Amino acid sequence: MKRGLSTFNVVAVALGLAFLYLPITILMLYSFNASHLVTVWGGWSLQWYGELLHDQALLEAAWVSLRIGLISATAATILGTLGALALRNKRFRGRLLFSGMVYAPLVMPEVITGLSLLLLFVAVGIDRGFWTIALAHTTLTMCFVTVIVQSRLLTVDRSLEEAAVDLGCPPWKTLLTVTLPLIAPAIVAGWMLAFSLSLDDLVIASFTTGPGATTLPLRIYSEARLGVKPEINAICTIVVAVVALATVAASLAAKRTSLEDEHERDALAAQV
Amino acid sequence: MRRPLVRFEGVSKRFGGVTAVDRLTLDIAPNEFFALLGPSGCGKTTLLRMLAGFETPDEGRILLDGEDIAATPPHQRPVNMMFQSYALFPHLSVESNIAFGLRQEKQSKDEIATRVAAMLVLLHLEGLGRRKPDQLSGGQRQRVALARSLVKRPRVLLLDEPLAALDKKLRGQTQFELAELQRKLGTSFVIVTHDQDEAMIMASRIGVMNHGKLIQIGAPADVYERPESRWVAGFIGDVNLIEGGLEKSRKIIDTAHGQFRIDNAAGAMAGERVWLALRPERLSLATKRPSARNNSIVGTVHDVAFLGDTSIYHVRLASGSRLIVSASNGGQAARFSAGDKVWASWTPDAAVVLRR
Repeated sequence: MKRGLSTFNVVAVALGLAFLYLPITILMLYSFNASHLVTVWGGWSLQWYGELLHDQALLEAAWVSLRIGLISATAATILGTLGALALRNKRFRGRLLFSGMVYAPLVMPEVITGLSLLLLFVAVGIDRGFWTIALAHTTLTMCFVTVIVQSRLLTVDRSLEEAAVDLGCPPWKTLLTVTLPLIAPAIVAGWMLAFSLSLDDLVIASFTTGPGATTLPLRIYSEARLGVKPEINAICTIVVAVVALATVAASLAAKRTSLEDEHERDALAAQV
Repeated sequence: MRRPLVRFEGVSKRFGGVTAVDRLTLDIAPNEFFALLGPSGCGKTTLLRMLAGFETPDEGRILLDGEDIAATPPHQRPVNMMFQSYALFPHLSVESNIAFGLRQEKQSKDEIATRVAAMLVLLHLEGLGRRKPDQLSGGQRQRVALARSLVKRPRVLLLDEPLAALDKKLRGQTQFELAELQRKLGTSFVIVTHDQDEAMIMASRIGVMNHGKLIQIGAPADVYERPESRWVAGFIGDVNLIEGGLEKSRKIIDTAHGQFRIDNAAGAMAGERVWLALRPERLSLATKRPSARNNSIVGTVHDVAFLGDTSIYHVRLASGSRLIVSASNGGQAARFSAGDKVWASWTPDAAVVLRR
């Protein structure tokens, strides 16, 4: 076998990475542009980040998105987890139908979901705004949580729960002390997915929004239509930075726990 | 038998169209080591799970200490189970796993600590209390599972294939340890197994199950020496079966291999079709025709399997059928090799007459 990478491999990797990250890199680079024009480089500057602090509308939109994300992700995680638990119960009649219905929204075009929610809210006579977006996002993201938690539940040995019950633990307490700790990673992952789906949703939010409730993607989209301001680049860069930091922190935390486990194991092995 | 600790009364359980347990009646005595033995799918695990409360019988009653436990949910039954997969909580340490049941009873901290420590000593787990299950060997995990199910001092300990996940050598060792533990504690153990050696070594009584029914119950030696059917005889150990008809005197069986004398016709009528069941170790081989007092068949050694302490001979008879003979290799015991002409003989009381 040849050592190292062939030219073809290097080019393929470079092209792949460029395809994925070049647009976002350009966006981030231009957020530090001193020029007013988005496409002309005018030297380094942080002025757009300063401007951002004074852009009340954008800050407000970010705050709305954050709150909707937190509320809808939490609600979706609770409902989605309960759904996954229900789908596991073999005595639950109509299990097949119900699990089919859980998967349907995953493949449903967002435009249709958004439109149908809009029609529903109009028909019921709910004033559209903050809560209708939160509700719509809960509907959208719940299924994702169910699917993630469900796949984790499949790997949980049923006899663990039976063992807990056998040892005198009532079923509801078994759920809290045995089942939930075992599926906690999936619940956290589900929450994070729900949160990020809510944070970047434009289509459903645009159907279900009302006066006074403009989410960040809605604001960015409407401003970009009037021409891309360098401020938009700045806020996008911040979002990317936050997401990247969170990802790195999460993976570091995971690595640390596994390292601690290893140290503990070594220490124990040394004792014996 | 004393008053039974557990009584199954005409218990049935169906899953869809499949009858897992079929109108089964069984008594289990206090301080007994009872083995439910049968091939996979015979309903033995379902029976155990009904006693633990994970399945509800479709018919019949289950009594514990004379009381129907149908209405008692599994977490309130004074019965604990050791699972085939051990089902140790992976997020809890060994100590917390063992203490889990006592914490549910709201025992005091001191009481929990004392009893957990005693269990660690009893099952040779000292020094491992703070480990997580994934830091233990298979044998250690098995003992933690045992400790966890014993620490609550159950009236009956249920063991579902407790040794299936261990390697052969460890299994042999653990079988004796389990039997000793049961004698020491005096708790009733009910074990489910498909391994007849395991049942014979550990249990004081064996219930042989097939197709949801108990076919024969008895002490290991009884079931082995006096099987009631060809199926039981074949399931527990090796057996040679010779078909024949009972003569008028009911002392002789007429077979394709000749006439053989028997001791006990087991209630069979004259002229009835019966089977002679012969255990391989009850047969002896010789190069000369043995005395006429014993029954004998002539044949040729077809195959020899040397197992160290014993050898297994496959003897081909004139009719083409085969006889399995096991002979001890100790002392000056004669050895035979393939192709030798041999006489296999047995005393009239060595064979069991089977009617089904």
